[in-house]
Order: sequence, then C-alpha cells, then structure tokens
Amino acid sequence: MKEELIISGRMNPKIDPVLHAWGWEIPVYLFLGGVAAGLLFFAGLYFILGKENQYTSAVKKAPMLAPIALTLGLVALFLDLHHKLYFWRLYTTIKLVSPMSWGAWTLMIVTPISMIWAALNIKEWFPNWDWKFKIIKDAITFIEQYKKPMAWVMVISAVVLGVYTGILLSAFNARPLWNTSILGLLFLASGLSAGAALIMLLSKNPEERKLFAKLDLLIIGVELFFIIHMFMGFLASTQAQQDAAALFLGGELTAVFWIFVVVLGMIIPAIIEVLELKGKHIPVVIPVALILFGSFMLRWLITHAGQLSRYLY
Amino acid sequence: MRYAMAVDTKKCVGCSDCVVACQTENDVPIGYCRDWVVESTVGTYPQLETEIRSERCNHCDNSPCVRCCPTGASHYSDGGIVLVTKNKCIGCSACIQSCPYDARFTHPDGYVDKCTFCLHRVKKGMEPACVAVCPTKCMYFGDLDDPNSPVSKILKTRKYKVLAPEAGTKPNVYFLI
Repeated sequence: MKEELIISGRMNPKIDPVLHAWGWEIPVYLFLGGVAAGLLFFAGLYFILGKENQYTSAVKKAPMLAPIALTLGLVALFLDLHHKLYFWRLYTTIKLVSPMSWGAWTLMIVTPISMIWAALNIKEWFPNWDWKFKIIKDAITFIEQYKKPMAWVMVISAVVLGVYTGILLSAFNARPLWNTSILGLLFLASGLSAGAALIMLLSKNPEERKLFAKLDLLIIGVELFFIIHMFMGFLASTQAQQDAAALFLGGELTAVFWIFVVVLGMIIPAIIEVLELKGKHIPVVIPVALILFGSFMLRWLITHAGQLSRYLY
Repeated sequence: MRYAMAVDTKKCVGCSDCVVACQTENDVPIGYCRDWVVESTVGTYPQLETEIRSERCNHCDNSPCVRCCPTGASHYSDGGIVLVTKNKCIGCSACIQSCPYDARFTHPDGYVDKCTFCLHRVKKGMEPACVAVCPTKCMYFGDLDDPNSPVSKILKTRKYKVLAPEAGTKPNVYFLI
C-alpha cells in the first residue's frame, strides 16, 4: 500500500483535490479551431488545384463558417483567461518553445485571412449582397488578384492551426496522457474530418459530396490508426503513461471514449458513408452530426483525462 | 548562484508551521497555500513506514512552467528562482498544466501565484519564512554553488531524493531520507 495525504489541508481552488484548471472553454476552443482548420485547409487546397467552380462548397461556401468558428473559439479562449485585461501580453512576446505563444500568433494570421476569404465569397450565401461603399469594393477587387498566395497561406496556416490544437496539450510535461506528439496529428486529422463533414453538408453537387465522403473515410481510417498508435505508445512507456492510458482502457473514461468518440464519432459515420457511396440514401446530416459530435468529444475527453493523469502520488 | 532547499524527512513532524509562516509572510489569500505538508505511508499494517515532507515549488532547473508560458511572465530570477511577473501573466493556466508538482495556483486577482523561495527575504540575507520558522530545524536553504552553504553541507553528508525526477524537471528541493 502507498498512501499520500496532504496533511496541511491544501485545497487550492481548481488544483485540489483533482486538477481542473481547464473547464469547458479549452475543449470548445480546440474543437472550433480544429473545424476552422479543416475548412480552411480544403478551401485553400481546392482553390490551388483550380477546382473553385467545381467544388463550390469546399472553396466558397463552407469556409464562410471558419471565421465564425474562430471568433467563437477566441471568445471561449478569452473567457478562460483569468487575468483578462493583460491578454495583449501574448502579442508582445514571440516564444517558440511555448506552443501557446506561436498558436496565438497563428490565430493572429489565420483569423483575418479567414474573414477576408469569407468576404470575397459572401455572394455564395447572400447573392444580393452589396458592399455599398466604394472603398470596400475597391479593396475586394484589389485582394481578388492575390487569391492564390492567400490560398497557400490558408493551407499552411490551417495545418499549423490543426496541429497546434494538439501540440498545445502535448507540451505540458506534467500530464502523461498529453505527452505524446501524435496528439497534434490526431487533432489535425479530427479537424480535417469535421471540416470535410461540414463541406459535405453544405454541398449540393453530388460529385463533390462523393469526393468528400471518400476523403472523410480516408481521414477516419487515419484517425483510428493514430488512436491505436497512441495507446501502443503509452502502453510501451513508463508507469505514468500506462496509468494515463488506463483511464481509457478499463478506467473511468473507457465507456465514454470508445462509445462516443470511436463508435459514434468514427465507425458509424464511416459505415454510413460507405453505404452512401454504394447508392443507399441516408440523410447527410446524420453522419455529419456524428462526426462533429465525435470530434468534439475527442477534445473534451482528452482535455479532461489529461488533467487526471499525473506523475506524482 | 543556484538556490536550493533541503527538507529532512526524518526530522519533520508535519506541524504545518511552514505553511502558516508562508501564508503570513507572503499575504497568501485565505484558502490558498504556496507550500504544504505531505504524509506518505508505505507498507502493510503493522509494517508501515511514514515519511513526512514539506513541499513547495521545486524551482526546477528545467522548468516546464517557464517553457510553456506564452508571455514570458514565468521566468528564472536570481539564482534560478522561478517567479511570475504579475502584469505579464494572462492567467491562461499553461504553467499550472505543465507543473508536475501542482505547485502553482491562480490568485483570486487573476494572475498565477507560487512559492518565491522568499526572494525578498533572501536578498536581505535572511532565510525563507518556512525555513526560519521550522521548530525542528528540518529545512536547509542556500546556494548550491557555495560549498559552505547549509544546503550544500547537508547534501554532502546525507542521502537524498527529489520528487518525480522522471518528469525531467531537474528540481531544486531535496528531501533527505
């Protein structure tokens, strides 16, 4: 038996008895950031490939949701800060060893770009939209010429944003469940999957839907592969990592993780997509909702479980 | 200069005087603490072994909190003491998440707070409040680079351990065993 008690009665709020420094704000932000990354990645990619008129949902329509997701995500991030009035300090520092620092700078690039891209394609949602002021119209025509470099920046910064949402967690030494660099790729894949799902939902072009259903299937396969690898890594590691993995392998979060994230969030939508590709008609909103739900639950559970995993005691 | 502390687990009785001294000296808000006492019991009755440790921030040489801080508010100060600059801290909790010792907390005013090794006292040549007040004199403080400091001397003669060395933080609080 080994028992460790704090006999001086430490009860620091959000630290004791179990660390809970992060509540709903961070997983919500990680989810919204991941979705935005997925949307912007596909928008930029298919623009570069010259498919803007073929895959209109991917290039023009769906990315409209990215600035909304990013803005809501930033609001969640801001709510999480405890010393709110000093948030600008993030932008007086560039610290490459702190993922939160370069993530803040990535958001500084990606948010305005997503807004500009949405402004350029606003007629897709509101066909009668009129910018009213000449200066805005001039600005839009001016930016139109630079769509290609913008698309490149979007693709690259979307990958950085998607990876960052995972690396943010894996940089924290103290939480063995997060200390795996595969988390960056897993969250990126999950964000891409959610992005592809939203594109499918908004698309009216059967060819585009099919393409994104196939892409989504591929990404779900990759995600499952990453999840298996993540657990293999933990189980081949030290006691701290094994205990962390045990939370999902028989421990208190086993049922929610495997049912909500893996079965409902990945396997069932994958089966539905296969049936869809084979010609069965299932409302597209079902797999899309499941994928978004799974993607959110993945971040929710990883954020929560990471705070339960530790080196000491 | 490398400040370090040694706590004699054989002499500590767990009275928590260090905790109260710290709260008083540093105006720690009510309900919070920067140091705490752990009683660790190992074995099966009747073969039980108890160790009592007064714990606090380890002022690590390789501090994950300093690395993860996005604004540079967490930093190394004189002699490797890890401090937080209040008006640079945004209260994002990155340092709290990265500390294996759970030595940090969010002050009710919003910034992150923690043990400072009482740098304000040390600068005046005094010991940290917890060390000064200890009734069993079980704590030693000083400069590891100075072979005559109390902490260097005691570490030469006694067996010791640090907490969670596998976390790779290179902690500077030693526990004499």
